[in-house]
Amino acid sequence: MSSLTVNAPVNLSLAQKILRLNWALILLVSAISGAGFLMLYSVAGGDLEPWSGRQITRFGVGIVIMLIVALIDIRVWRWFSPVAYLGAMALLVAVEFIGTKGMGAQRWLDLGPIQLQPSELMKIGVVMALARYYSVLDSDRVSHPLWMLPPLVMIALPMLLVLKQPDLGTALLIGMSGGVVMFLAGVSWWYWGTLIALGGSAVWAVIESKGTTWQILKDYQYRRIDTFLDPESDPLGAGYHITQSKIAMGSGGLSGRGFMQGTQSRLNFLPEKHTDFIFTTLSEEFGFVGSITLLALYGLVLLFCFGSMAINRDRFGALLIGGLSATFFFFWAVNMAMVMGLIPVVGVPLPLVSYGGSAMLVLLLSFGLIQSAHVHRPKVI
Amino acid sequence: MALFGKRRGANKPTDNRLPVTRRGAVLLGVQALVAGALGWRMRQLQVVETERYRTLAEENRINMRLIAPARAQLFDRNGEPLAINTRNYRVTMVREQAGDAEAMLKRLGMLIDIPERHRRRVLKEIKGKSAFVPIGVAEHLSWEDFAEINANAPALPGIHPEVGLSRFYPHGEQTAHVVGYVGRVTQRDLDRITAAGKEPDPILQIPEFQIGKTGAERALELDLRGTAGNRRIEVNSVGRVIRELDRSEGIGGEDLHLTLDLEMQKFCHERLGDESAATVLMDVRNGDLLAMASNPTYNPNPFVLGISSREYNSLLEDDHRPLHNKWASGMYPPGSTFKMVVALAALEEGVIGPGETVYCPGHLQLGKRKFHCWSRGGHGWVNLRKSLEQSCDVYYYEIARRVGIEKIGAMARKLGLGVDLDLPVAAMRSGLIPTKAWKRKRHETDWLVGDTLNSGIGQGYVLATPLQLAVMTSRIAAGNMLQPRLIRAKAGSPVMAKQPEDMGIDPKHFAYIRRGMFDVVNSARGTARKVKIKDDEFRMAGKTGTSQVRNISKAERARGVIRNEDLPWNRRDHALFVGYAPAENPRYAVAVVVEHGGGGSKAAAPIARDILVKTRDHFGGGRSVPLEQGQRAPNDAASRT
Repeated sequence: MSSLTVNAPVNLSLAQKILRLNWALILLVSAISGAGFLMLYSVAGGDLEPWSGRQITRFGVGIVIMLIVALIDIRVWRWFSPVAYLGAMALLVAVEFIGTKGMGAQRWLDLGPIQLQPSELMKIGVVMALARYYSVLDSDRVSHPLWMLPPLVMIALPMLLVLKQPDLGTALLIGMSGGVVMFLAGVSWWYWGTLIALGGSAVWAVIESKGTTWQILKDYQYRRIDTFLDPESDPLGAGYHITQSKIAMGSGGLSGRGFMQGTQSRLNFLPEKHTDFIFTTLSEEFGFVGSITLLALYGLVLLFCFGSMAINRDRFGALLIGGLSATFFFFWAVNMAMVMGLIPVVGVPLPLVSYGGSAMLVLLLSFGLIQSAHVHRPKVI
Repeated sequence: MALFGKRRGANKPTDNRLPVTRRGAVLLGVQALVAGALGWRMRQLQVVETERYRTLAEENRINMRLIAPARAQLFDRNGEPLAINTRNYRVTMVREQAGDAEAMLKRLGMLIDIPERHRRRVLKEIKGKSAFVPIGVAEHLSWEDFAEINANAPALPGIHPEVGLSRFYPHGEQTAHVVGYVGRVTQRDLDRITAAGKEPDPILQIPEFQIGKTGAERALELDLRGTAGNRRIEVNSVGRVIRELDRSEGIGGEDLHLTLDLEMQKFCHERLGDESAATVLMDVRNGDLLAMASNPTYNPNPFVLGISSREYNSLLEDDHRPLHNKWASGMYPPGSTFKMVVALAALEEGVIGPGETVYCPGHLQLGKRKFHCWSRGGHGWVNLRKSLEQSCDVYYYEIARRVGIEKIGAMARKLGLGVDLDLPVAAMRSGLIPTKAWKRKRHETDWLVGDTLNSGIGQGYVLATPLQLAVMTSRIAAGNMLQPRLIRAKAGSPVMAKQPEDMGIDPKHFAYIRRGMFDVVNSARGTARKVKIKDDEFRMAGKTGTSQVRNISKAERARGVIRNEDLPWNRRDHALFVGYAPAENPRYAVAVVVEHGGGGSKAAAPIARDILVKTRDHFGGGRSVPLEQGQRAPNDAASRT
């Protein structure tokens, strides 16, 4: 066994565990989810059906799961990491063959009462596996090329499988989550610099190759980029969503049109208003005040996660918190940037707020893991 | 081993907090930057540019749709319908409800007959329009077909039977040229409006809107159309109407009663028979246009919804030109019917007296040229009366030469020739009364005396439409500047006839002319003696005319071609006749032009006589009591409204 493992305190009583929970995080998560219930109520036209009610139910179930996960010892989770990873991989493979199509992409496994989205589980699986890996690995070897191979493979494989679905957004997010764990684990700055340079040249290559025989992306993907850069050039086509989203948000003004008064959303001008574009609806109804507040809430989650990470001396626990909270960050940042027209449309939902059963459960599961790491953190001597 | 990197000593406790925390802080910093950028963007959209987006949001939502009012209808003077809005049983299809458009059309085709070209048009339109826009499939269904479709409605999702309004002309063929027809708005219509410097009314954008294309429908378009109403509706992003916010109905146009008498109009068409001809009948006392017939005619109803190109081509290729409005656009040399104008001009200028004579040896010599009279042997000594009675050309060569073309032109214009008349007739042409200046401009040569001589007998450059000839005759008969009119009543209230101006012509001169015209028909040697009306109370006065389509050349004369019958149809002369009755107290004036009819007395005069006789029978006989302008005798059939 590696000597890097710090012994977690044993035998915390249930009451003690409960006390050590990060209550701030629980409140924040509930508040954000609450905003989600409100918005889903509004976009259904003032009805708990078909979204808000179900979301509340799932939240309820998810909270229970979160607490259960939180109260289970972190060492259990640490042991469980490879299982989680391999299990998620297996599911990803399975969905290739027996998955049901949703929105044109194979993503779901229909298991009766719930529909499972393996790519969601993969997000957690990657972080757990990498956290475990780096908690075992000598910190000196972290940047060594040989020891970098396994994590890279662990990230690349699921990415490829998800890409095949095709789900570019989630694939990129898996990559970024894995990358964050590697970053937090201490992989050398040189690598990151090189990566940025490579990324930049890749983008340059993609742009330059357009129209030539070496064209890298497909035509429709280029169109997506063009539309992104100038949504008004194709107001009824691909640029439609973004244009409508901006109109809806902008018309919200400072204090919004009022709860349930979102005309753009209500009248179907805004597509996907209960999923990807739910933030737009919130901005339209509650204005700048509302959107900034939500942004602040998300930001506070990050802050508290950072704090939790900072006081956690267990490497696995810290990396787990860091990786999962960064994953959380990516999702809401990308979604908000997308609906505001800052980045092209990639189809990423707003975590805890967008309608989506398995997403909510998986999120609360990951918060449970964060809580577990927090509860079972080593006592400072 | 070094290959696998250094290994720290075992069991050395490490504090993992610092590196992770440091990196974590870096990460937090990046996240804060991103969050800041997001917040900044929110501010930009929702605080800085909010007004702009508010406006865009509004534009998304509120739409204004126009409501077309029912088109005003046209009636004849007695209330007979000429242009009405009928119920049009029609069927439309909405693609998104029908599902498979082709299959649905096929199913519908089992109930009603859908011609192949309609089917193709519908399928083409369906592809081009949004899925929820109704596409017209069939129009003017019979009640039975309509009922059958309604009964089968459950099996025809997306098929909507509707009742709409469509224009219909009950007496289409008789009134085609007067009333005209409507059709769908085309780019040409819009171009015409913008060329006149106006903005096309937005109502023209309504898809099924029908705009006047020819005739009174076109000339009176703005009166008939009315003003559009509008409704403000709330729409969603695909243009589907969610609800109506408010609505203001339009104002319909005013129904119009024309001065036309349908029975006279029908009679005129019948009497014109197979001829390529036109006739105009006017009321001399108030200028009412009682009948305007152009033959052959056509049925305007197919034009309303779109005539097939086969039918249209056959109309175009008919060499009697049914689509051509001959009484408004047909410009003919008036021939001898122009002589009254010349005579009046000469009398007014004092270059000839009523008793003064001119010798006609059969021709007039002007320099090297011989101007022939139609009578080879000549008429001998001719005074004004005889000149009209026997239509002596030499007399008119002479007096035309004396009075000059400018004075002749001025008189012609007073009598309605060569000028625009103020009438709602879209196809109206103004003919031609030449002047010296005109010739210089048009033909870049000087006016010659020979041109004046030709004008004297209504040939040369002179051109007139049958409508103008009728006006001329009415003015001669009335002795004043009678204005023709086509509209009798608007929205039920009669339109008063304008008081005609005085022409400033000596009434005695009119009397001389009228006497000559009387002799044409009623004296033993009148050129139209064969059409004398044997009713002392209702005598006709008039003037024959024969206008050359082409000059019979010297060579042809030598060959023996001197008669019209010897020429092929479309090179024969036109036959004209103008007249009025009763001669002593004129009430009705008529002008008849028979294209390529040959001699005026033979082809045109009998038609004119029959029409005038018909007016006597139809309107209740002549009266010797003069009537006020616009007034009708009590037991007059025409006083029915």
